Amino acid sequence: MSDKADIRTGRLSDEKLASNFADMHPPLTKSEAIIDADRCYFCYDAPCITACPTGIDIPGFIQKIRSGNLRGSAHTILSANIMGGMCARVCPTEVLCEEACVRNTHEDRPVRIGMLQRYATEDVVVPGSKSRSSQNAPLFQRAPATGKKVAVVGGGPAGLSCAHRLAVLGHSATVFEPRDKLGGLNEYGIAAYKTPDDFAAREVEFILSIGGIEVRTNSAIGSNLSLAELRKDYDAVFLGFGLTGVNGLNIEGEQLEGVANAVDYIAMLRQAPKKSTLPVGRRVVVIGGGMTAIDIAVQSKALGAEQVTMVYRRGQENMNASGYEQEFAQIRGVNIRLWSQPRKLLVEGGRVRGVEFESTQTPGQTYVLEADMVFKAIGQKVLWDRLGDTAQILDLKNDRILVDDERRTSLRGVWAGGDCVFGGKDLTVSAVQDGKVAAISIDRFVRGQ
Amino acid sequence: MADLTTTFLGIQSPNPFWLASAPPTDKAYNVNRAFEAGWGGAVWKTLGEDPPIVNVNGPRYGAIHGNDRRVLGFNNIELITDRPLATNLAEIRQIKRDWPDRALIVSVMLPMNEQSWAKYVPMIEDTGCDGLELNFGCPHGMSERGMGSAVGQVPEYIQQAAAWCKKFARVPVIVKLTPNITNILPAAKAAQNGGADAVSLINTLNSIMRVDYDNLTIYPATDGKGSHGGYCGPAVKPIALHMVAEIARSRETRGLPISGIGGITDWRDAVDFLALGATTVQVCTAAMVYGFKIIDDLVDGLSNYLDSKGFTSVSQLVAKAVPSVTDWQYLNLNHVDKAYIDQDLCIQCGRCHIVCEDTSHQAITATVNGARHFEVIDAECVGCNLCVSVCPVENCITMRPMRSGVDPRTGRAITNVKADWTTHPNNPGRKSS
Repeated sequence: MSDKADIRTGRLSDEKLASNFADMHPPLTKSEAIIDADRCYFCYDAPCITACPTGIDIPGFIQKIRSGNLRGSAHTILSANIMGGMCARVCPTEVLCEEACVRNTHEDRPVRIGMLQRYATEDVVVPGSKSRSSQNAPLFQRAPATGKKVAVVGGGPAGLSCAHRLAVLGHSATVFEPRDKLGGLNEYGIAAYKTPDDFAAREVEFILSIGGIEVRTNSAIGSNLSLAELRKDYDAVFLGFGLTGVNGLNIEGEQLEGVANAVDYIAMLRQAPKKSTLPVGRRVVVIGGGMTAIDIAVQSKALGAEQVTMVYRRGQENMNASGYEQEFAQIRGVNIRLWSQPRKLLVEGGRVRGVEFESTQTPGQTYVLEADMVFKAIGQKVLWDRLGDTAQILDLKNDRILVDDERRTSLRGVWAGGDCVFGGKDLTVSAVQDGKVAAISIDRFVRGQ
Repeated sequence: MADLTTTFLGIQSPNPFWLASAPPTDKAYNVNRAFEAGWGGAVWKTLGEDPPIVNVNGPRYGAIHGNDRRVLGFNNIELITDRPLATNLAEIRQIKRDWPDRALIVSVMLPMNEQSWAKYVPMIEDTGCDGLELNFGCPHGMSERGMGSAVGQVPEYIQQAAAWCKKFARVPVIVKLTPNITNILPAAKAAQNGGADAVSLINTLNSIMRVDYDNLTIYPATDGKGSHGGYCGPAVKPIALHMVAEIARSRETRGLPISGIGGITDWRDAVDFLALGATTVQVCTAAMVYGFKIIDDLVDGLSNYLDSKGFTSVSQLVAKAVPSVTDWQYLNLNHVDKAYIDQDLCIQCGRCHIVCEDTSHQAITATVNGARHFEVIDAECVGCNLCVSVCPVENCITMRPMRSGVDPRTGRAITNVKADWTTHPNNPGRKSS
C-alpha cells in the first residue's frame, strides 16, 4: 500500500470536466426526430403504453411529432406524466417502453421513444430551448377553485406530480420540503450528465407555473411538522417523503474518513457550482449494484478518478441497474466485480485505504481492493425514528408504507406514493404515477364523492 | 441474361427505359448524361413555335412526402421548352449523331392549324430523330392557350392534329394522352383514327399540392399566387396502369402500341406497365428525385426478373397480365378467400385488428384467452385484403383461397363452379344461365 491516501480536487481541467458532465444523449434534431417518429407503427393497444408506468399514449404523441403538432404532443405526454421531460432523460426506457416496442420483434431496434419524448417536451418545459418557436399559452388550465387544501409532504417527483394534478383539479396544495430546493432525487440524486443545464429546477418551475401550489422548504415531519397536525389543518395529506436514510454495510470502519454515502456525495456534486472543487480519490471503490452505484461510479470517473471499481454481491443479471446502464458504466471506464461482499475496511492513519472482499460463491476466498475513497450504494430506507409517530399510526410493510390501488394509506385522509411506499419500483416515473393516481383519489375524497 | 433490346414502332433501343419529355430532356447536356448513365432512349422536351415561351422565376415543383421525406407525389408548372427552336434542333441533331444506338424522340406541341404542322414537322425530322411524340397532355399553362390537354380532352382535335402530323411526317408518330378525362378510350381511339402509330400515357394530372399553413395561400406560390400543376410520381402509377390496361384490353384499341408512363421508380413498376400492355416505359419523376443513376436498378432488376421467369426478351413479358384484367361483373362470386396471419412473422402491432374492428368486418381478434394475439376469425372474414394492406410485415398476412368445405361466414359449400354477377339471382338484369 502506498504511503498516503490520494484524494484531491481538480484532477481534470475545467474543459475536460465540462465534456465529461455534458448531456449524455444530446437532444434529437428536428430531422432525427421525424425520421424516428416515422418508424412508429401506431400500434393498436400499444405494448409501449402498457409498459409505461404512467401510461403515456406513446403512439399518439409520436404521431403528433410527425404531423408537426408539437404542442399537442407535449400535452399528450405531460397530461399523463407531468415530469415527462425528466423521465425522457432518466427512465430506463430499455426495460420499459422501448423494450415493449414491436420494432424489436421486427428488426431488433426499437423506436427511440425516450429521445422523442424529450424532443416533444423540450420547448414546453424549457421555453426557448430550441430554435423553433414556442407557443406561450399555458398547456394546462386550472379548474374552478374548490377551496380544498391538501398537504403534500415531500417535494420530489411523487409530491410534485400530486400537487400539480391537485392544482389542475382546482384544489390548493402546500408542498412541504425538508431541503432548500424542490425536485427530490431529480435535483439531488440523479447523475449530472443525465440532467444538465439545471433541467430539474426548470422543470419544477414549469410545474409550479400552474399556480395554486404553495411551497414551504425546510419543513419536515418529525422536526417542524407532524402528521397529526397536517391531518387537522388540511382536507387531505399526501406523503411522498421518499427514502430518508441509507443502508449501512454493517462492518467495522464505516465511520472512517474516506467512506461516504453515494447519495450524499452525488447531492453535493449536483449542487456544486464548479466540479473542480470536488475532492475525489485516485482509486475509488463503489459497493452496490443499483442505479446509484452506477451514477457514483461513472461520476467519480468523470471527476478524474483513475481506477473505479463497482463491487456487487451477486451476478450481473441480479443488479438493479439495467444492462444498458452497466454497459454505459463500463464504456465510461468503470470496472465491475461481481459475487463479492465487503468483509473489512482497511485503515491506515485513521483513513480508509482499502476494502477486503469475500467471494459470495466461494466463502473464505478473499481479496483486497486498494481505495482512497469508498462509496456505499447498497440501498436506501426510511428512517422511521426521525418521523415522529408516523410509523406508529400507519400500516407498514417491509418498512415502507402500505397503500392500496388508489395510493390510500391505512389512515383515512392520508395518501402516500413514491419510494416510501411498499411495492414501488424506485423510479421517477413510478413516483409520478403514484402522485397522479393519489391526486385523482384525493379529488374524489375531498369532493365527497 | 435476358435481352433487354426493345423495338417500338421499328425504333430500337438497348433497353425499354426512355426518359419522358420533361425537364431532364430539355438540353443536350442532360440527355448526354442520361445516355452515359445507360438510359435506352429519351423523348426531347416539347418543342413549340418561336418565340419560345417563358417560365416563372419562382417555384416550378411541389412534392408530397412519405416517410423519410421520400417523394410520393410530385407536381410541376413548367411549360414546354423555353429555348429557341434552332438551339434545340441543333442539339437534337448532335445527340442523335453521338448516340446512334439510343432512341431519340422529339415531343411537339403546335397550334390547331395545318400550316404549323406543315412548317415544323419537316424541320424537326431533319434532325435525324427517330420519332415524334405529340404533347396533348400538359394540363397547365399551355392548355390555357388551346394546346396540351386542351387538345387531348377533345377526341376530334386529337384525331385532327394526329392526321396533320402524319401527313407531313415520315418517322413514327406517338400521341401522348392526358389522364384529365373520364374515359381514356375515346382519346386513344381518336389517335388511332388520326393515323398515330402509338400512344404514350399518362401525362400529368391537374393538381394543387397544398396550402402554406403560415400564409394561407396555395403552396408553392410565386409572389403569393399559384396555379394548378401537373401531378406525377409514384402516387399516380395506379391511375396510369388502369388507363394503359384499358387500351390494351379494349376490343377497339387492342394492339395499339403503348409507351407506358406514370410513377415508374424501380424495375417492378416497369414490370407493371409492361405486363399490362406497354412495350416501352418512360420515366421522369424518379430521375428528377434521384438522378439518372436509378437506371442501374431498372435495367438490372428487369433483367434478373426476366431470367427468373424464364423469359429471354422484354417482348415476352409485354401484355402478359392483360387477360387477367376484366370487368367487375365477370369476377367469380363463388370464390372464397380468407386472410391468414403467420404467427411466426407477426410482430404484434395490432394494426390488422384495429382496422378490421373499426372499419371493416370485426374478423381479427385482439386477445385470445386473455393474451394479446391476432388471429383471423374465418366466420367473419370476407377476404377484403385490408389487413394485408396495412400490415407492416411483408407476407405476414396472406389471402388463402378456400378450396373445399363450407365457408363458415355464409354456411355455403365451396364449389369449383364459377358464377358471376351476370347470372346472379340478385341481379335484376341477369342473363339466364
